[in-house]
Order: sequence, then structure tokens, then C-alpha cells
Amino acid sequence: MKKRWICLFVENEIGVLARISGLFSGKSYNLDSLTVGVTEDSTISRMTISLTSDDRTFEQIKKQLSRSIEVIKVVDYTDTSIHMKEILFIKVIHCSDADMTELFRISKVFGVEIIDYDGDTVLLECTQTENRNNDLIALLKRKFVNSIEIVRGGSVAVEAVSISER
Amino acid sequence: MKQITGADLFMKALKEEAVDTLFAYPGGQAIDLFNALYGEKEIDVILPRHEQGLIHAADGYARSTGKVGVCLVTSGPGATNLVTGIATANYDSVPLVCFTGQVPTHLIGNDTFQEVDFVGITRSICKYAVMVRKREDLAETIKKAFYIAKTGKPGVVVVDLPKDVQRAYGSDLYPKEIMVRGYKPKLSVHMGQLNKALEVLNHAVKPVFLIGGGVNIAHANKEMTQLAELTGVPVITTIMGKGAIPTTNSLYVGNIGIHGSYAANSAISNCDVLFSIGTRFNDRITGKTEEFAVNAKIIHIDVDAASISRNIDVDIPIVADAKKAICALLEKAKPLHISEWTDEINHWKKEYPIDMGKVGLTPQMIIQSINEMFKDAIVATDVGQNQLWATQFLEIGENDQMLTSGGLGTMGYGFPAAIGAKLGNPHKDVIVISGDGGMQMNIQEMATAVVYELPVIICVLNNGYLGNVRQWQEMFYERRYSSTCMRYRRSCETGCNQPDHCCPEYIPDFIALAESYGAKGIRVTKAEDIKNALTSAKQNTKIPTVVEFIIDREANVMPIVPPGNPLNDMILEREENRE
Repeated sequence: MKKRWICLFVENEIGVLARISGLFSGKSYNLDSLTVGVTEDSTISRMTISLTSDDRTFEQIKKQLSRSIEVIKVVDYTDTSIHMKEILFIKVIHCSDADMTELFRISKVFGVEIIDYDGDTVLLECTQTENRNNDLIALLKRKFVNSIEIVRGGSVAVEAVSISER
Repeated sequence: MKQITGADLFMKALKEEAVDTLFAYPGGQAIDLFNALYGEKEIDVILPRHEQGLIHAADGYARSTGKVGVCLVTSGPGATNLVTGIATANYDSVPLVCFTGQVPTHLIGNDTFQEVDFVGITRSICKYAVMVRKREDLAETIKKAFYIAKTGKPGVVVVDLPKDVQRAYGSDLYPKEIMVRGYKPKLSVHMGQLNKALEVLNHAVKPVFLIGGGVNIAHANKEMTQLAELTGVPVITTIMGKGAIPTTNSLYVGNIGIHGSYAANSAISNCDVLFSIGTRFNDRITGKTEEFAVNAKIIHIDVDAASISRNIDVDIPIVADAKKAICALLEKAKPLHISEWTDEINHWKKEYPIDMGKVGLTPQMIIQSINEMFKDAIVATDVGQNQLWATQFLEIGENDQMLTSGGLGTMGYGFPAAIGAKLGNPHKDVIVISGDGGMQMNIQEMATAVVYELPVIICVLNNGYLGNVRQWQEMFYERRYSSTCMRYRRSCETGCNQPDHCCPEYIPDFIALAESYGAKGIRVTKAEDIKNALTSAKQNTKIPTVVEFIIDREANVMPIVPPGNPLNDMILEREENRE
């Protein structure tokens, strides 16, 4: 089992998201995250899909996506240099003064922005890789048991231009 | 530019696409389209008695003619009744375009009368499903639908037509060509891969061809026969591939699979090169996959890249249309010297034939009589034991055809498919081989066959059981005949597994039923009456004939590969018959 990334160019039409997500659920393919948005060409949408699978299933997934009429192009990002970011909001409630200090410290180390706070609640915004976001969530879950709320957006990815960054 | 309604454009599109037969059932949200069809002379509009019968008929028409089958039904229940037929056709790569009426666009989502999200329902069981939301998209969408249905790996396209789009005025132009940027059917053959495949084939000691439905769909039967004869390589087929070369050809070994012949399954298990064309290595043909053709280098030609290396790992994959690939092979292939291997296969064929014996009214005798009495015929099977016996015993010559629901295994398919086949091939004999269970699933189409004067011959093999499930219950579930007896009544003991002469009378009386529709009915209870019955059925040239054969209640399909076994580990005959 390995983490995979796919970039999908699809027709910007009603029902295409249902078609792609339905393909994953219908064939019991695992899906970690899926994001979609319109591209510079308004008739084309671009999806970033992350999933975990073995080689054989992954080959099949790519083929199944390719044969969908609505799919224009499938690009496998698994072993390419890409820039990848995921938006993550974390709301921490019932914070003591000491918690606040700790949160401000964590935000420095993780490069997280505190975008709002009031009374005993703090709102953090984090735009990092999925893995980095996972680390932050794990840390905050440990430190602030039952007092965090998480919203994450799923990753978007684009090929690197000049450097080999992953 | 002339302005016409959506319904009139629909008519124009059908004519531009050379549609000569339309399978159609009206309803509130399709009434404008039917209005446009009123008095139509160029298109034969067929009104079946149920939408499921309708789509199977369109399917039989498409399979037997090679043309696109076209359906038109209303929204809601009209559309949902198509679902089984869509999955059936798509699974077997049959080109259909299904037009469904839909409530007006401004009412969609309101739980309007007879509204269902039909595109949503069918998305995962068809090749492409689309709703036309704007009148200006109508022409292009219909063009696209036909193009997608018939090219590449053919399949079903659903076009949902809201009523306001049918009524709205717009351009009368219908495009001559269409480009779909996400859809590029493979038109060429990769010669490098093909040469590699030939190299492997030429060095083979024990090669076989394994041919699936792709060769029949590509109408490459003649070329396939030439290729087999040129190379001398034995040919094994899947159920869908049966007829790829004439079954009487000496190079034909038989069907592979859980009810395949011992010779075919053994040849697959022992071959050193498996050259497969147009099959997806479905679980019904591979048996235990870990032991499938373990010694073989596997070459796989398929038009669908997703079919390659999905169930079975392939050494040389080639994505191509079967006909194009076979034609390219024909130019370069040469004879192989493999007489030891062919002798071995012939020995298996001789030692372990599929044979039900010559006593009594057996399915084998019935089907062999069909073989003798009908040449250049189309045989549509239903699903279950009747289908499996047909695939075992039916002879398919150069101009014969077998229509069968191989992928989905849809009971109730055979009879309506035969109606469609007869409509498309009025000069050919069309025969149905069905069981008594499946026959009752679309029996209402007897009316269609009568009113359109379609003299199909319907052979009902009646054992009073849902026989294939009963056979599994007998062999693998300790004879627990749960819900498989068709003679069951409230008065019966629960848990009965002993068919005997005290069983309640069978209903319906197929003969009386046929006659109530104005068709003919003949019941056959003795082997010596088979030919007389078929002869008199042949003489009914205006109406269908039901020939009901009362067969042994517990006749089994043999041989069989028990679930989980490798292919060549078969049970060859029933325990009590073994010596």
C-alpha cells in the first residue's frame, strides 16, 4: 500500500463529481481526499485526488478514470515533483491562559496563523502539506482533548516548476 | 435557419443516424416525442408490453444486426424499468441509445410526478449518461450519444430529455461529425507489441487462442477462423466468444469456464502460450485465479485498457480493436508445428466429451435437434441451465448467431431479445432456448410477438425448478431446495427436496397461455416427438410457437468446476452416474 496522487482534468459539467466519486465508491476504491475547482479554461475542472492503494488497484483506478467519457486527462503525480497544499482550520475551545500561550508557541513552530480569537476560543489557519497538517492535528488532539474542531479542505497539487520539492 | 421543436429535431436525428426500428413505450413526459412519431413511415415503431421487454428487444436487435438499438420511454417508472436492460446490454458491450422523457427542467428536484434522477441511477451501469438541459445542446448531445454507443468498446448511452426541451423551438441543424475530447477510441494497433506477441506465439509448443465476445462484437469471425487455420492453433472460447470460429471447425476445442469442457479447461491449464482476444477474464472463466494458466505466457488483446491485467496478470498487453489486431496478425502469422499438442487436446476431447446420454427427453437431444433442423439461425438463450446447455451443445456455424446475457446473467432476457433479433432479421429463423422460470419473467411480450407477426420459436425447457440454483443446492448445499421449486403450493410440506409424481400441477399451462395470446403451443414429453414439434413450429410463419419440453426435473449441467477450484479440477458427472 502506498500513498498516491492523481490530477484529473474533467469536463466542467453537472454530475461529473458524482461520476468520479461514484466510481470510487462503486468499485470499492479507497479515497483519501478529493478537491475540485474550475481551471483557466472555464469548461474544464481540475481535481486533485489522493488515495492509498497497492500497485495493481492503482493501475486499475487510472484506467477506469481514463475510460470515463467526462475525463479529459489523468496525470499520475505519485512520483513527480509537486507543490501540494491543504487548507486546515482548527478551532480550540475552553482555553486557559496557559493554553493560549502554548497555542501561540505552537503556531510559531508550525507556521500556523492565528486568524481569530475571542474569550477562551482560538481559531488557527494552516496551509501546509497533508502530512504536516496531520502532525499538527495529532499534536493538538493530544494537548486539547475534546476541545478542538477541525475543518480540512483536501489537498490541491501542481507540478513543480524549477525545484524538486515534494 | 429553420426553427423546429426539440421533438422534431429528435425525429431528424433518428433519420440522420439511419434508425429503422425504434423500441418505444409512451408516457406523459414523452408524449411530444410520440406526437412527432405519429404516422411515421420510415421508422418502424415497436410497442412492446413492458419497458424491460422493450430494452431486451432493442438489445437483441443490436446484437443480431450490429446496428445501434434505440429505446424511447417516458420518465419515472418507464425509465426505471429499463435499468436491468441497460446493465445487461452494457455488461455485454451492446450499443444502445436510450432516450428517456423527463419532467420539465423548472420542476426537476421538486419530487414532481414521475420524476426520478435517471442519470444518477444509471451513471454506474452505462457507458455515458447525460441530461439535455438546453434546447441548443440537443442535436450535439444526440450525435454524441450515437457516436459513443457504437465506437470503441460499445455500450449503452442514456439521454434524458426534459419535456420543455422537447417542446422548445431551436435550430434544425444536426451535426455530421462530433469530437469528444475525453473520448478517444483506439483506432490503431501497436505493431511493436503485436510483433512481440507473434514472436512468443511462434516459439510456443502448447499454444491456444482464448477468444471472448470482443471478436463477435468486432465481426471478426471470418478473420479469426483464418488466423486459427493459418497457424493451426486450437481455439477455446468463452460463452460470449462462442461462434468466433464455427464450432464444427476441427480446431475448436470448446468453452472455457466453470461449465466448460474438460478439454478446453485442461488445455488452458496446460498451455505454454495463452493468446487471448476480447475477453475480460471474468471469474466464471478463470476458476481459482492463482492457478489459472500458471505455465503460460499470456498475451491479451482488448479494446478496453481497463480489461487488461485486471483479473489476470498479462505478459504482453495490446490495446486494440479485435478485428484490426487479427487482420494485422494475419499478415505476419505463420503455421506452427504443434501436432503433439493438438493430439493431446483431441485425446481429451474424445475421452471426456460433454454428454448427457441418449435416454429420455434431455436438453442435449433437444438442442442437437435444433442444430440439425435450423441452419443460419439466431438462437437467443435465457439464463440458467438452459443457457449453459445451449452453450455446451449448440453448434454455431459461419452464419449462425447466439445471443445470451453473459455478463449480467439476466433471467427474462431470451424471449424479448429474440423478438428484437427477428425484427432485425426477418428472413432468419429465430429460436429461443429458455427455462420455465425465465420465460415467466417477460411472458407478456408474447403479445408483441403476435401483433408484429414475429414467428419466433420458443423452446421452454420445463423442469419445474429454478434449475441452476437447485443444482447448486443439490451439489453444495445438501439438497436444501430453498425457494427453487416452481410447483410449490401452500399445501406442500416445507423443506421438500423430493420431486415426485405427487407434486401439485405446474402453472401456468404454457400451451393454453400461448393460445390465449393467439400464438401456438406444443407440449413435448417424449424424445421421439422433438422433431415433429419443431417441424410444425417451423410451419407457423406468421405467429410465434411455444414448444414446451417437459424435461427431467433434476437434470444437471455437467461438468462443473466447484467454487474455489482451479479450472481443470472438475466434477465430470453426477455421483450416481459414476462407475
